[in-house]
Amino acid sequence: MDFELMINSFPKLLNAAAVTLKLLSVSLIIGLFIGLLFAILRLNKNVFINKFAYGYSYIFRGTPLLVQIFIIYFGLGQIESLRSSFLWVILKEPYWCAIIAFALNTGAYTSEILRSAFQTIKPGIIEAGQSLGISSKIIFYKIQIPIAIRQSLPAYGNEIILMMKGTSLASTVTLMDLTGVAKYIISTTFKPIEVFIVAGGIYLFMTFVIHNIIKFLEKKYSFN
Amino acid sequence: MELLAFGDTGWGDELFRATLMTIAVSITAMLIGFSFAAIFTPLKLSKYKSLNLIANFYTTIIRGVPELLVIYLFFFGGSGAIMFVASMFGYNEYIEINAFITGSFAIGIISGAYSTEVFRGAIQSIDKGQFEAAKVLGLSKFAQFYKIILPQMLRLAIPNLSNVWQITLKDTSLISVTGLVEIMRQSYIAAGSTRDPLFFYSFAAVLYLLLTFLSMKLINRLEVKYSRGY
Repeated sequence: MDFELMINSFPKLLNAAAVTLKLLSVSLIIGLFIGLLFAILRLNKNVFINKFAYGYSYIFRGTPLLVQIFIIYFGLGQIESLRSSFLWVILKEPYWCAIIAFALNTGAYTSEILRSAFQTIKPGIIEAGQSLGISSKIIFYKIQIPIAIRQSLPAYGNEIILMMKGTSLASTVTLMDLTGVAKYIISTTFKPIEVFIVAGGIYLFMTFVIHNIIKFLEKKYSFN
Repeated sequence: MELLAFGDTGWGDELFRATLMTIAVSITAMLIGFSFAAIFTPLKLSKYKSLNLIANFYTTIIRGVPELLVIYLFFFGGSGAIMFVASMFGYNEYIEINAFITGSFAIGIISGAYSTEVFRGAIQSIDKGQFEAAKVLGLSKFAQFYKIILPQMLRLAIPNLSNVWQITLKDTSLISVTGLVEIMRQSYIAAGSTRDPLFFYSFAAVLYLLLTFLSMKLINRLEVKYSRGY
């Protein structure tokens, strides 16, 4: 056991963990909006809109995240018209490519979580709102969304942790996140176990914190 | 389309072999995962706190640490660990283990943690009366488990195991970083030499979709088979 290496690599890995957290938070925020949008589309009665939203979530949940990142990072640069458009400013950066891939991926899972949450809301609650003369817009924003958020908290907590693990793939497109730096230290020192313990420890700590935040929120928003 | 031709002119046969490799790694990893689950599920359900602790340690770490980091640990540390064990038996030559074994093992350990949770949940949701009835009938411990508990456990576990299978199948794409030629690695090679990454990575996505779709169909059949009588 090389304790000196473990102590020396700790600050470097901690810095890299900040990159991981940044990737995670930005993609979760964008992903939440995408997820909400597609969950609403899934509940639409129009068959085409419905099928489109289903197809989106099916494709992103049925393929590995690595493929999605590679298509966006390596693949999209191939399209000539895209390279000359303003979008290229964003798409040439590995950072934004990773975020786009993560956001689309977590958006697909989030849409499924929210959809099932919307569907489990008892019709009586909505009917109660209607009979009180509340407009359907306000019923949606003030009744359905808060209940759906509460319902989906446990599943969404899992999704946050899965996504945190997913951000490790950013290292495959040259980003130096926690896994990227860990791999770099491993390949220069050939001490995989020591580095794994430190990097894995930081990941576990983040998992622990996220888990407890979700637990706190669940308690805060529980009906009892 | 000529890019996908079989033979020397296209990448069809290479990608086909790579797909078979992905399937082979997934199945191997899943089976390794089952054997880990066979060890850790009893530990999780044991009445001894220290045994619970060991099993919880395993599942917590695996579920909290990225798959890629686990793969790097095995990729860089695998042969070192084997050589360390071999040196205790007096064998000091360099040993290189191949990417298939390292990869299947790394993914297998990950998949095992998920399977453990699935089996634990399944056994816990079997009615207590079933255990007591098996005991009262005077069946041997082995028969109790094999004839009474296992079939019921499988029925309850299959829907969740199909999720584990999907996760495992998708995780195998990560082994491409170790150089094992599965779908992802082959697409990377083809994309590099034809300068057409968009096509090949999209095709890889289609292959994965096909694999997940077909395996779902197959698992649904199994589900029907094991829920006979319900």
